[in-house]
Amino acid sequence: MKWPDIKKKLRWWGYLATEAYNAPYRGAVARAKREQDDLFMLLIFSEMMGVPNPVAYYTLELQPIMLERFHEWHTRMGMEHSPLDDFRCC
Amino acid sequence: MSAIIPAVIGIALVALGYFVYSKFIAEKIYQLDPNFETPAHALQDDVDFIPTNRVVLWGHHFTAVAGAAPIIGPAIAVIWGWLPAFIWVIGGTMFFAGVHDFGAIWASVRNEGRSVGSLTGDVVSLRARTLFMIVIFFLLMMVNAVFAVAISNAFVETPSSVIPAWSAIVVAVAIGILIYKMGVPILWPTIIGTIILYAVIYLGEAVPVSLPDTFMGLGAAPQWIVILFIYATVASLLPVWLLLQPRDYINGIQLIIGLGLLFGAVFVANPTIVAPAFNTNVPDGTPPLLPLLFVTIACGALSGFHGLVASGTTSKQLDKETDARFVGYLGSSGEGLLALVTILAVSAGFASLGEWQATFSEFGATGIPTFVAGGSQIVSDGTPLSREFAATLLAVMAVLFAGTTMDAGVRLQRYIIQEWGTIYKIPVLQNGYVATFAAVAACLALAFGAGGADGQGGMLIWPLFGTTNQLLAGLTLLVISVMLVKLKRRYIFTMVPMVFVTTMSFLAALYQLWDLFSSGSYVLMGLDVVVIILSVLVMLEATSAFTREKKAAAAS
Repeated sequence: MKWPDIKKKLRWWGYLATEAYNAPYRGAVARAKREQDDLFMLLIFSEMMGVPNPVAYYTLELQPIMLERFHEWHTRMGMEHSPLDDFRCC
Repeated sequence: MSAIIPAVIGIALVALGYFVYSKFIAEKIYQLDPNFETPAHALQDDVDFIPTNRVVLWGHHFTAVAGAAPIIGPAIAVIWGWLPAFIWVIGGTMFFAGVHDFGAIWASVRNEGRSVGSLTGDVVSLRARTLFMIVIFFLLMMVNAVFAVAISNAFVETPSSVIPAWSAIVVAVAIGILIYKMGVPILWPTIIGTIILYAVIYLGEAVPVSLPDTFMGLGAAPQWIVILFIYATVASLLPVWLLLQPRDYINGIQLIIGLGLLFGAVFVANPTIVAPAFNTNVPDGTPPLLPLLFVTIACGALSGFHGLVASGTTSKQLDKETDARFVGYLGSSGEGLLALVTILAVSAGFASLGEWQATFSEFGATGIPTFVAGGSQIVSDGTPLSREFAATLLAVMAVLFAGTTMDAGVRLQRYIIQEWGTIYKIPVLQNGYVATFAAVAACLALAFGAGGADGQGGMLIWPLFGTTNQLLAGLTLLVISVMLVKLKRRYIFTMVPMVFVTTMSFLAALYQLWDLFSSGSYVLMGLDVVVIILSVLVMLEATSAFTREKKAAAAS
């Protein structure tokens, strides 16, 4: 067997192993990540909900970046429009 | 008789089942359509729904369903002789389990990838759905208790397995961190991790670990049960990627290596079956073969747990509908082969009939240690490995399977309790820690109530666990059958297994009621009463759903 063939075989096994590793838990891991992301978003919008935020100066800068994710979040939570008065995404 | 004969016949029959029977079911009954848009494509979100290579999916299904249960069940049931167990495992795999797993995937794929539990509500009735949830809750409670007892017995019987079994957790965490946090490609951690796992077996042999005979009034086995539940509490609260995911992956590799090693050794060593085909001289107190055989071996012949895997994750990732046959039928066939090799190990791994009879001296007293004793003899005869090494290897394999199931079981139990907290508005139950402790407390109480405290027996609960598992399978088969009635197709191929397992579960539960009463196990007796009520309700639900749907089908 030549080196490129071995490389191809190894790549195939690597693919199988990666898929076998990820396939059963993709959903669980993605959900856990989403929960963490939601918490992060909550921190960014904390000032608007009356929670004092010592680093508001920095998190304010992040809000526009969060626009799409925020929209996705409130629709996922079953709210048709943004629940925050000062932050209208749709 | 040589053990090669049943091995070859068993493998040939399972292959025949796949090539002929499952093809018939796929074409004529489920009528799979290669052009049907599966939920993995229709609802693709790259999280739950994602088309996956069928070999990968088969591996996932196979390793998720094949655990410690297809080892423990046959290791107990061979007490009636090896032939009844063989017939039920092979026949069950061919005509029951394959159709069940395959059907659960099909039913879910045809209903937007929903789980069998939620399908029950739509297809059968809302009452049946509640029934389904209750059965699952009891099943999880029992599986954790049963496996804790099984692992503790294995640790006591094979002290050399203690260090390797716990080291696997360290290896798993290391793999989890390497892959998830550091983005290392999977291939190398896999190879190195596997080498370490097998190398540690030598360390385990050199340093066997035994707990003190008594500590705070507890024997060695109950001490292990307490430690295992402490572990399960912590493990089930950890993120999935850190422990459960890599552990499951490692187990899959071990399962394939272990199966290959055992079958290979059977063919090389050619051991003789010393156990009788039909044991006419069963020890006193052994329950009758009918109906107990059919609940003692659940996983390996038919298991309701498979339906949860099939409709929970497998169906959401199916690329083509026609892959369901390969993934579902062949996945459960793999588990059948694990049960088959266990039957061979516990019937041919002993030197003489006398030695076999001495081992199978009491119903329910055998289990993982018996599989380890018989299997290691065959492996050491058929390979250059020493008997001690083989014994540790097999014990570690079985312990890891059971341990991962416990870890996942406690986690699922916690989700259920948290959901109850939400439904019934009890905020304290919604807390993850409180829910975990409640789940563990219930399982621990059951493990001790089931006779784990005296460090022996302990497996009294096993047939009850099998009964619940079969009831769940009956419910899944009911959903598939009702779907077939609605589609005006032949439903006999799923209905006969359904009626059979539900009847056997009911009869077994009735028999156990008397048995548990006379042995004074009132905790289990209470559980048994619940199981009897549940099985009656399942039968009533099935009858009413069938009459209703047949009328509706005739009217249309």
